[in-house]
Amino acid sequence: MQEALRFLAPQAEPVSAPDFVEQARLLRRTPDVPRGLAVTIRGLRKSFGDNEVLRDIDLHIPAGQFVAIVGRSGCGKSTLLRLIAGLETIDAGSISLGEDVRPQDVRVMFQEPRLLPWARVLSNVEVGLGRDRQSRDAQARADKALTEVGLDDKRNDWPTVLSGGQKQRVALARALVSDPRVLAFDEPLGALDALTRISMQRLLERVWFDQGFTAILVTHDVAEAVALADRVLVIEDGQIAHDIDVAIRRPRRRGSADLAALEGSILRELLRAGDDTSER
Amino acid sequence: MSLIDSLPKARSFRIPRADGLIPWVVPLAIVLVWQAASVAGLVPARVLPAPSDVVLAGWKLLLSGELERNIWVSFWRASTGFLIGGGIGFAFGLANGLSQRSEKLTDTTLQMVRNVPHLALIPLVILWFGIDETAKLFLVALGVFFPIYLNTLHGIRTVDPQLVEMGRIYGMSDGELFRRVIFPGALPSIFVGVRFALGIMWLTLIVAETIAASSGLGYMAMQAREFMLIDVVVLSILIYALLGKLADSASRALERLTLAWHPAFRKH
Repeated sequence: MQEALRFLAPQAEPVSAPDFVEQARLLRRTPDVPRGLAVTIRGLRKSFGDNEVLRDIDLHIPAGQFVAIVGRSGCGKSTLLRLIAGLETIDAGSISLGEDVRPQDVRVMFQEPRLLPWARVLSNVEVGLGRDRQSRDAQARADKALTEVGLDDKRNDWPTVLSGGQKQRVALARALVSDPRVLAFDEPLGALDALTRISMQRLLERVWFDQGFTAILVTHDVAEAVALADRVLVIEDGQIAHDIDVAIRRPRRRGSADLAALEGSILRELLRAGDDTSER
Repeated sequence: MSLIDSLPKARSFRIPRADGLIPWVVPLAIVLVWQAASVAGLVPARVLPAPSDVVLAGWKLLLSGELERNIWVSFWRASTGFLIGGGIGFAFGLANGLSQRSEKLTDTTLQMVRNVPHLALIPLVILWFGIDETAKLFLVALGVFFPIYLNTLHGIRTVDPQLVEMGRIYGMSDGELFRRVIFPGALPSIFVGVRFALGIMWLTLIVAETIAASSGLGYMAMQAREFMLIDVVVLSILIYALLGKLADSASRALERLTLAWHPAFRKH
């Protein structure tokens, strides 16, 4: 946390964690910053048929934190994300995002861009405004979001002519246009090539930084998780097996020794857990 | 547009404005060869009259007003029957595509009716309606119904469920979801149905007019056969070909207009 602050304001003195959150807010570039929402999960359970996917999940995500969730395929990480985003119903327990949450406060970005191929880029972004689509400033807001992801020159194009990375950036603009307070990413970069991934990761980090939403990223890529997140959750067999603080200052340098060491230890843990399961 | 056309083209030498004429080269060549063969006496006029004789017959019929009247009558029957049958097919396709209950209730019945060749109903239709307009409209509407019904249903069923989920997440109402996601997604498939239906429309109409009518192109051809006017018979057949082409072009133009987003329909 303190390390992160030096990135925000290199000249600032190290401060304690709660102060950091306040200072980070003050330092963000956009004026009326939508504040992130804290997410509190208690005793969460979810099954599909006889298969219990998640059990006894207790988790608190402070407002504005960037959390990455990693785990093997089928460990329940995507289900946890879909539950937080309200895309699935809860079997038992509770998920709280605080009071007065509007639908447009929580947005999801998927592995597939899910753009409407028959709508121009700009109207695809306008979809993200939800009920505000009809408002007079809809187009201006959509334009602003497109500029944010660097695609303002593509506003009148059809999505089918865009590259995979550009489509994901449009999807990001669509998620951002309503100024969400929680943004859930379900392996949003999984289908992109390595270089596009890296530039998309930088973009994600920057918009999170600018806008101050709470970010929840599900990924199978541990390197991505440690590069972006404040905190990495490892899920095994439907439970949170590890909760790791990533105390590495931003901007983080890809391939630096401390990132690599952390990535290595998380990977080892995942592999060990997997071997245990297969022996059983 | 065929698959080949949609592939990127190699740079090639082009005569300006010749592109639009290329499709007509083959029909024109056939007519020329045919005319030459007739003039040379290779094809007896009793079997196949020369194109010039066909044109002449057409001109005579045009002057008498008979040709326009018959074309107009056939066109009216075709389009009215198409709109009625297509409209009902589209409505059922929508209802059954969007509602499980509606599909359970009607799909089995519709599939049973579909497997009866609609032209087999001609005797029954004549008994019901005589050789009235209703008979022709009924048959055309019935023939057109199924391709449009099936393809509308299929189109709605195959709309990407991920897009539907996206629409719901972003707070679209049912009406909006239909207008912005489901209908545009089903449109390419609906157009396939329309083009199938256009073919069936002409086929049904001509058969119905040949068997039970007192006007129209099919009737004109049957009358000409009675009087051994082979040039008029050939003329009718050529007019079918032209009308069919016209209907197909119209539906293609509509496709290009509404499916501009689709890579296969984009102009290069």
